[in-house]
Amino acid sequence: MLRVVTLVKYTPDPTGDVGFADDGTVDRAAVDGQLSELDEYAAEQALRLAEEAGDAEVTYLTMGPSDAVGALRKALAMGGDRGVHILDDALHGSDVIATSRVLAAALSKLDYDIVLCGMASTDAGTGVIPALLAERLGIPQLTYAQSLALKDRTVRIERETDVAVETVEAELPAVVSVTDRSGDARYPSFKGIMAAKKKPVETWSLADLEVPGDEVGLGAALSATVSATKRPPRQAGPKVVDEGEGGVALADFLAAQKFI
Amino acid sequence: MSHVLVLVDAPEGEVRKSTLELLTLARRFGRPAAVVLQAADPAAVEQLGRYGAETVYVVDDPAARDFLVAPTVDALARVAGGLLKSGDLAGVLTGSSPDAKDVAARLAVRLGSGVVTDAVNVEAGDDGRPVAVQSAFAASYVVRSRFPAGVPVIAVKPNAVTPEEAPVEPAVEQVQISFTDLGKGARITSRTPREASGRPELTDASVVVAGGRGLGGAEAFALIERVADQLGAAVGASRAAVDAGWYPHSHQIGQTGKTVSPQLYLAAGISGAIQHRAGMQTSKTVVVVNKDPDAPIFELSDFGVVGDLHAVLPQFSQEIDRRRS
Ligand SMILES: Cc1cc2nc3c(=O)[nH]c(=O)nc-3n(C[C@H](O)[C@H](O)[C@H](O)COP(=O)(O)OP(=O)(O)OC[C@H]3O[C@@H](n4cnc5c(N)ncnc54)[C@H](O)[C@@H]3O)c2cc1C
Ligand SMILES: Nc1ncnc2c1ncn2[C@@H]1O[C@H](COP(=O)(O)O)[C@@H](O)[C@H]1O
Repeated sequence: MLRVVTLVKYTPDPTGDVGFADDGTVDRAAVDGQLSELDEYAAEQALRLAEEAGDAEVTYLTMGPSDAVGALRKALAMGGDRGVHILDDALHGSDVIATSRVLAAALSKLDYDIVLCGMASTDAGTGVIPALLAERLGIPQLTYAQSLALKDRTVRIERETDVAVETVEAELPAVVSVTDRSGDARYPSFKGIMAAKKKPVETWSLADLEVPGDEVGLGAALSATVSATKRPPRQAGPKVVDEGEGGVALADFLAAQKFI
Repeated sequence: MSHVLVLVDAPEGEVRKSTLELLTLARRFGRPAAVVLQAADPAAVEQLGRYGAETVYVVDDPAARDFLVAPTVDALARVAGGLLKSGDLAGVLTGSSPDAKDVAARLAVRLGSGVVTDAVNVEAGDDGRPVAVQSAFAASYVVRSRFPAGVPVIAVKPNAVTPEEAPVEPAVEQVQISFTDLGKGARITSRTPREASGRPELTDASVVVAGGRGLGGAEAFALIERVADQLGAAVGASRAAVDAGWYPHSHQIGQTGKTVSPQLYLAAGISGAIQHRAGMQTSKTVVVVNKDPDAPIFELSDFGVVGDLHAVLPQFSQEIDRRRS
């Protein structure tokens, strides 16, 4: 059986006006949350792998406050078998180092052949969680996959860097992160949404993972926010309507700024 | 002062400007030492020295090129470990490409340290330790972070600072490494270099000229390229233009493309969706050509022309030629 674990994050709607709370953490209460759009691509690839393998199990894993279960339900509505929600007040304010530790601890409790992630979280995401999971689990990282294929126990991806297109291969188990070019995510059907409500979702605490609460969260962060200051909104500059001289006006502006 | 390791980015042996920026930033809180993961080209060593690298560590092992990310982490961890033993490591700076960020994060775990990625600046704090500056939420916040413990690891975006020379004669140290099995887990089985466009590298470029759906077709990118060449710029594109097949994905700017922070960003026929802004909002000066006066991109613009880009851009090009002749 192919065991796929897909990491999904619940993130504020990117079109909302997100800011920082007083303690320097992202203020998640201010804006509606959703399954991170970029994680839909990971869910899609998980379901495709499962369909190809036939004998497969797809588990979604999320870490976040209580409403983060919404990410699991949305993904389960697309398909898949079960969800795991890591929920613990001590996690508030965790940095990527702590987050990856907790997610890796949960993965170690789950059986997996392949761990699928999105390329980045849509909220201030840095995209390093997949690499950190590979580091902590001691398995290969295949990141930024534009396409993904599994043959026996070998996973192969295509990726694009600054300078080249690369093919990368590894033996399972492995961590794979997929980009928005990997294939459009399916829409949950009405039947899927109904079925998702009955699929099992477990909630795990830090105690379940044997991770001490004082080693994660805001207090234990290895990089600490000293200040988060709101910039004065960027002052939009002049806007001229082109009445035949728009290109000249642009050249005037850029010449005054010494770009020409 | 202790050493600051700088991971050198030198595709095809040529040191990128972003690496020279890292060396410049490193001098604010330590003495820069460069780590090169290929045979040390004498010209590259000379250039690293010119920007202040006192030591150049050379790890010339094919594994670093044949496997993804992990061998680079092995190499940096090895050099960092050596310096740590003598209490001589103040921090590590890498670039901010996806792979460089992964390297930084994995290294931080091995060093028991914290990591900050996508920094737009690095300052020396009151205690002499570095403070990383980031730009968050559509550049509406400036966030400063310090590192309470461990060796600060910071991945810095290009164009954070103007490279400044501080010439020294670098000592070159060859480092032999036996890579971990983990390091050799993800094998790069093929690599097709991108065709050189002859234009500056998008992420390093100090001027970027970008086009979107408003171009109306692939042919219209000729207008963009012409302006780009006149300004010595790199060419960017919105996802809509890339998805339409008008320009290669390697030029996409935004959340799922490249992040740029040039001195000048010219956006033509781009509406300014939040995901596009994510890739360009730290640009210093933004100018816009768009026929819709209500396009959100105007909120970011220092100067905007409301008009048809098919008329405005050619006139702009002619005007540059006229002024230069
Ligand atoms: C998960 C996710 C990730 C994404 N990642 C990215 C990303 O990395 N980069 C990115 O760019 N987008 C990204 N997007 C897409 C983004 O939401 C927008 O759809 C996209 O940026 C729109 O591109 P555009 O501005 O070229 O097109 P449009 O929004 O269609 O805008 C075209 C503009 O051109 C103007 N125009 C039309 N004709 C002319 C003319 N003749 N002269 C002058 N102006 C004209 C119009 O007024 C309009 O403002 C992402 C979306 C999602 C959901
Ligand atoms: N809190 C979280 N819960 C579940 N998955 C996460 C979480 N944070 C990050 N991930 C996964 O890691 C990927 C990259 O995230 P990031 O490194 O935060 O940009 C996301 O697309 C998710 O697949």
